[in-house]
Amino acid sequence: MTPILTVEGLDKGFVLHGQGGLALQVMQALSLELHAAECLVLAGRSGIGKSTLLKILYGNYLAGEGDIRLHFDDGTLSLAALPAHAWHSLRRDVIGYVSQFLRVVPRVSAREVVMEPLLARGADAHEASVRAETLLARLNLPERLWSLPPGTFSGGEQQRVNIARGFIGEHPLLLLDEPTASLDAANRAVVVELIHEAKARGAAMLGIFHDEDVRERVADRLLPLEAFMAPSLASPTPSSPSRGLAHD
Amino acid sequence: MKRPELDRPVLLDVQGITRLYGPGKGCEELDLRLHAGEVLGIVGESGSGKSTLLRVLAGLEAPDAGRVVYHRAADDALDLYAIGEARRRALLRLEWGLVHQNPRDGLRMGVSAGANVGERLMALGQRHYGQLRAAGQDWMTQVELDPARIDDAPRTFSGGMQQRLQIARTLVTRPRLVFMDEPTGGLDVSVQARLLDMLRTLVRQLGLSVVLVTHDLAVARLLAHRLLVMRRGRVVEAGLTDQILDDPQHAYTQLLVSSVLTP
Amino acid sequence: MNGYNFAYLDEQTKRMIRRALLKAVAIPGYQVPFGGREMPMPYGWGTGGMQLTASILGAGDVLKVIDQGADDTTNAVSIRAFFERVAGVETTTATGTANVIQTRHRIPEAPLAPDQILVFQVPIPEPLRFIEPSEQETRLMHALEEYGVMQVKLYEDIARYGHIATTYAYPVKVDGRYVMDPSPIPKFDNPKLHQSDALMLFGAGREKRLYAIPPYTRVESLDFEDHPFEIQRWDESCALCGSRESFLDEVITDDAGGRMFVCSDTDYCLTRRGELA
Repeated sequence: MTPILTVEGLDKGFVLHGQGGLALQVMQALSLELHAAECLVLAGRSGIGKSTLLKILYGNYLAGEGDIRLHFDDGTLSLAALPAHAWHSLRRDVIGYVSQFLRVVPRVSAREVVMEPLLARGADAHEASVRAETLLARLNLPERLWSLPPGTFSGGEQQRVNIARGFIGEHPLLLLDEPTASLDAANRAVVVELIHEAKARGAAMLGIFHDEDVRERVADRLLPLEAFMAPSLASPTPSSPSRGLAHD
Repeated sequence: MKRPELDRPVLLDVQGITRLYGPGKGCEELDLRLHAGEVLGIVGESGSGKSTLLRVLAGLEAPDAGRVVYHRAADDALDLYAIGEARRRALLRLEWGLVHQNPRDGLRMGVSAGANVGERLMALGQRHYGQLRAAGQDWMTQVELDPARIDDAPRTFSGGMQQRLQIARTLVTRPRLVFMDEPTGGLDVSVQARLLDMLRTLVRQLGLSVVLVTHDLAVARLLAHRLLVMRRGRVVEAGLTDQILDDPQHAYTQLLVSSVLTP
Repeated sequence: MNGYNFAYLDEQTKRMIRRALLKAVAIPGYQVPFGGREMPMPYGWGTGGMQLTASILGAGDVLKVIDQGADDTTNAVSIRAFFERVAGVETTTATGTANVIQTRHRIPEAPLAPDQILVFQVPIPEPLRFIEPSEQETRLMHALEEYGVMQVKLYEDIARYGHIATTYAYPVKVDGRYVMDPSPIPKFDNPKLHQSDALMLFGAGREKRLYAIPPYTRVESLDFEDHPFEIQRWDESCALCGSRESFLDEVITDDAGGRMFVCSDTDYCLTRRGELA
């Protein structure tokens, strides 16, 4: 069976010009295959580049050497040389991303934040609103918060808004960066359900889960990243650079 | 898995633009493409040449070298500085829009809000007062201004309200392409947030393509799909907005990004 | 004759102005610059109109000069006296017998004939000036027919007063092309510009611009579909001649609030009264 996503020999490094051009190699020759209806969980200790990989796959970080390919019904698309503007449609229709942090316009209500991926595809506002509310209700976000901007919400509440926003678009490829990190058991269970539902409709997922219990319930396979770690990072980094490195 | 349409039509094709006021002052050998439905942010510090570039793109200032080609339709390309002033001005007035940083530059301060919103429609030949008024009230509502204030002069409005009025005045003819020069500059932070939200919604609902010049990276992150980073008249880095801001490659971009204050 | 050249201006100047006038007639409503001369009176008193009159006047012409419709006001009397002295032409107050009529702020009520020329005194020739101070920009706006702002002015009138409140110097479009300031005539007179039998010339002395409406030219007053152009109407009739068709001035007759309405066109009024008597 053809995979949905193939990564081959992927490298990633950061050059910190502010620190005299210090070059940090964080990933070396990483390869993976991801199939439809599969949840592949990235494993490895903190700082190993799990988030970095997701960000590269989302176009958020620039990939180094190597190739990333998406396999569509009508052929393969290499992301390495993809012009920036082509990412807009890719993110809208193909690759979804649940990040650890919510980044939205300060004044926009939680409901609208969740609706946005559908509206971007030109969906009917009412339908989008109903779908958003259904998801927020499932994630036990109190109804009184739906019309408020999430900027003032607690970490867990923001995380749930973020999850609803990530899942509402039903992208065929979902990148999940610790979606359950700040959730209680009940809400973790909802996320597990959402992942199972996504899998049932054929979505391929690549995720980071620190919670052992969640990991066991969603993972079809584990991908330990130690093998692809760059030699320079083989020993735990004494102090991580202020920015530019993965935060996991 | 179905492949989405990845290539959007190019709306603006800018080739080798140079416009210099002096050595290093202005912009030099610049290429860029704006695709339909895209918000392209141009960021850089004062004097980086981004405002000069905007003026050249917006048809206000002829470049020393290079071409600005507007693809009106698949088989209808206009070379902005070769079509003659009459057609260029008509294009700017009717099909394009320009939002100035200072609303006073984009508004007629001496006439009412309604007349400001209606002017472009009148230039298009709209000659029905009732319909002009209805359009004025509709657009004031869309930009969250009280339509009951349609007969008030813009000078009685606050800075944020003036900016929203300027946006209504610009968008009333449903331009395909809008240029914005620091649209949130000079506004209070709370007012800025509201304006940003409104702009995002309008961009999506009207399918606008936008060239946005700003020195504010936070504004760029929220509004722009793609970024160009300018320094001393040249583009030092270009790419997806979050990629430029989260994984900047060029030394100058890294400096710019790391210098942003976060509360 | 008096040590002056015929009609005061030297022949070179008159030729220059005539050439400009030919251009103005050829491009109806277009403002033609001309090398305006100093006249022996201040700007604002009709120096533009006088230079045009001086350039077109022939020895056999009969001149009439009116100011706000009246032949007997200071401005009219002095300009008439001026041309009597420097050109020696015959003058008249009768609209029908004049070949050249110089006017300030009115068009005579009596229909003009094909052999007559009406010369208007113009203070501000540029109809776009109220909104655009730059001359370069207004010229460009004319060239490119960017006339949306004229409608803005009328819109503003309706928004403020409920109707188009511009009552004089009401902008017109000439021959479907140039927007023109008809000089501060009441909008009551605007319809008389349209398809006129007589040639109409406009001269602005301070601004050194002249323009023209040739005979039988289409002249439309700007308006909105739902607020069409209308002329002034009065409930009263002229207290002297009883006319219900002419433009009326309100005259205060005493300190007790007494007033009456009379024709602004004195010749028209006198003629009617003569006919009635």
